[in-house]
Amino acid sequence: MNGFLIVDHVTMDFGGVRAIDDLSFEVYKGEIYGLIGPNGAGKTTIFNIITGNLKPTKGRIILEGEDITGIKPNEAVYKGIARTFQNIRLFKSMSVLDNILIGFDSKAKYSYFEAILRLPRYFKYEKIIREKAYELMDIFGIREFEDSLATELSYGNQRKVEIARALATGPKLLLLDEPAAGMNPKETAELSDIIHKIKKDFDLTILLIEHDMKFVNAMCDRVTVLDYGEKIFEGKPSEAIVNEKVIAAYLGDFSNA
Amino acid sequence: MSKLIRNLILIAATIAFIVWAQNNLEPYTLRIVNNIGIFLILALSYNLINGVTGQFSLEPNGFVAIGAYFTALMLIPPEVKLDMFALTDPAPIVMKMHASFLPAILTGGIAAAFVALLLSFPVFRVRGDYLAIVTLGFGFIIRIFAINNPEYTNGALGLNDIPQIANLYWIGGIALITFITMIHIIYSKYGRAMKSVRDDEDAATAMGINTFKIKTLAFMTSAFFEGVGGGLLASYLSTITPDQFSFLLTFQLLIIIVLGGLGSMTGTVVSTILVMGGMEWLRFLDDDITIFGYDFGAHPGLRMVVFSILLIVMMLFAREGLFGNKELPDILKKFKKLKKSKV
Amino acid sequence: MDLQIFIQQLVNGASLGSMYALIAIGYTMVYGVLRLINFAHGDIMMVGAFLTYFAHQLWGMPFELAVLVGILGAVIVGILTDKIAYKPLRDAPKISLLITAIGISFFLENLFTVLFGSTPKAFKAPEYLTKIFQINGIYLPVSVIIIPIVTVLILVVVLWILFKTKQGIAIRALAFDINTVKLMGINADKIIMIVFAIGSALAAIGGIFYAVSYPSIDPLMGIIVGLKAFAAAVLGGIGSVTGAVIGGFILGFTEIFVVAMFPELGGYKDAFAFFFLILVLLFKPTGIMGQDLERGRF
Repeated sequence: MNGFLIVDHVTMDFGGVRAIDDLSFEVYKGEIYGLIGPNGAGKTTIFNIITGNLKPTKGRIILEGEDITGIKPNEAVYKGIARTFQNIRLFKSMSVLDNILIGFDSKAKYSYFEAILRLPRYFKYEKIIREKAYELMDIFGIREFEDSLATELSYGNQRKVEIARALATGPKLLLLDEPAAGMNPKETAELSDIIHKIKKDFDLTILLIEHDMKFVNAMCDRVTVLDYGEKIFEGKPSEAIVNEKVIAAYLGDFSNA
Repeated sequence: MSKLIRNLILIAATIAFIVWAQNNLEPYTLRIVNNIGIFLILALSYNLINGVTGQFSLEPNGFVAIGAYFTALMLIPPEVKLDMFALTDPAPIVMKMHASFLPAILTGGIAAAFVALLLSFPVFRVRGDYLAIVTLGFGFIIRIFAINNPEYTNGALGLNDIPQIANLYWIGGIALITFITMIHIIYSKYGRAMKSVRDDEDAATAMGINTFKIKTLAFMTSAFFEGVGGGLLASYLSTITPDQFSFLLTFQLLIIIVLGGLGSMTGTVVSTILVMGGMEWLRFLDDDITIFGYDFGAHPGLRMVVFSILLIVMMLFAREGLFGNKELPDILKKFKKLKKSKV
Repeated sequence: MDLQIFIQQLVNGASLGSMYALIAIGYTMVYGVLRLINFAHGDIMMVGAFLTYFAHQLWGMPFELAVLVGILGAVIVGILTDKIAYKPLRDAPKISLLITAIGISFFLENLFTVLFGSTPKAFKAPEYLTKIFQINGIYLPVSVIIIPIVTVLILVVVLWILFKTKQGIAIRALAFDINTVKLMGINADKIIMIVFAIGSALAAIGGIFYAVSYPSIDPLMGIIVGLKAFAAAVLGGIGSVTGAVIGGFILGFTEIFVVAMFPELGGYKDAFAFFFLILVLLFKPTGIMGQDLERGRF
């Protein structure tokens, strides 16, 4: 097992319901890895286990050789894991710039008192993270929205902000939960380009959940297919769509592959 | 005009007003200004935990009481204490407690902040809205504690002859400091973290924010300034009793921060003046009411009926209050941008 | 403590615990379906007591009829509160709802102060309730015997409603997942209205019991009792009706027995609930019955 991220025999029970059943897969460094399957298959659940929001009933999560099973959710960032959410959870009362600054805030090393008294370190670090935020916004092409509220942006742009915000935390592993959901083909193509670019520029390994098979085909090096919490296939996307079990799980819905 | 220049001018103008008012206003008007000042300190700090961090709390009356009692005990000279404590002899530590004004006030604030830290553990580590009920109960417990420990607090008789050192210089000055402190917190990574906890606690956690620490930080900060405000109140009024720090105080502060806009400090400044003014103006509702020669009699409590209806109506129809969760300069900036784009 | 005193306190504790239990049920049910701490609930208890007082002592109705008026009035106030203030805010941020609840609470307290004045009023209950029997030196007012019995009966009825009727099952389902329940065609608003009706009726009964036992009422009587009842609900496990009753009785017995055994702690009687609350939150937030209502969060 030499994977960058190893999901090792993970089982997740909620009371009487088994959401994930003895799931194992490995993601290699620098891959874009897809997690696909029908609704309710357990994909977001495995995300929540990786980030520490849920503790698995059985099994381990190993990142770069370190067992990170059951870490506290706010520690995930310090282990180099960042995520986006299925239903875009930006901070609605804050501007785009502030949303992204929050991602950088762990790098702003000034204390509460230094902030209140406006001592030099406050200005120094605010300047640094602001510059970093602008750089990031330029990459995503969202700088013009810096003062807008998150809710004022188009869905595609909101998704960009959310990914930028996750990126601001400086992760090694980026978890994207249905990033292309709700996007039109143009936005999806744009998103695809951005993801490839940031993977290269920021030396990322990416794990993404998706439904859109065209997107998955274009993006992912390998995939795991889940159905009712069980892995029914692991391998290349092109092989997935012709696999019997996968077709049965999706009831042959690959019309857009 | 650069922001710094604008801010310095505003600060200078405020100080000038304080000096002028202290020396020129009628006692009645000066009393109202001082009340506004104290309420401003309390409301601004209350807005930090409630409005900025989004944690519904009913704490002010409890922390104000703590600050008031600690400060009062430190300001009253030992000889006076010996005379004043009528129910039992004052405890030794009460006799030893003595300090000049500023340390006494700060002690009140620190004591309140310490209690806030203790309360944080049962409340912020669990999910759910227990902060409100715990702080509501806390206000009552403080009163029970004050009444049942006369060797520390002189029981139900309260403390009087508190040296009246607090005047508009102190009150206005500390109000200004409180305002600046809050603004500095909001426009920093700590303020951003607090707002993120308000907006979406799970997403904030995913960003690496330790939500327990941030909530505790906001709560302790609010408690500190509420304690300081309590100390100023004690010194200004010269007399404090356990019954003074009732839920009514918290309710008034709640109306103030909702009206101004939960999370807006500039909004709170405006609404404090409006609500304090309104409370004075509507005082007649609690007295004999005669309409068109028909005497409706006196119905104490009518004023607060009106205010509670006001609060409910605001929550139903104008939840954002005056400024929403934005500060005035940001609102003006948006307004200018809107005007420019329409040209 | 000799047996006589022990039994005396036992009976007193059961009576007090019953009142807390009745009020706690309303808190826990509303919290279960709406995740809302209805601060106004304690004041509903006050409304029930005052309306009964008004009907019986100021309007001259026979006591039994006045009790019905009190309960009905409280139910109406409870339902109106939900319709006017809580329902419009179903989708608003939680803090708005809590602020509104405090507003309603404060409104009721001040309204009844305006209507009846703030001085406590003597509550006259009929002789068959206030008659005191003496057995072996133990003083048993009739009410102290009746209250726990009636409370247990009411609990049985409430549990029967929750587990054996269609509406009751809907109430319990709502507590788990309000969105799915709505999708299944159930009128959530009607179910919520039933919850408020039941809770308010119980609170009113608790308030009337309280007024019979401590025969004075004032507009602020609901605050402390309400707070304690909520603490009892949390102690028993918020969301669980059985838990609310268990918590209510534990609190009632504790208040009576601790003060009986340590009279010097008498002044702190009202603080016990608060300490229970803190302890529960520190060590077992889900309370005695341990229902974890947040399970479906992710």
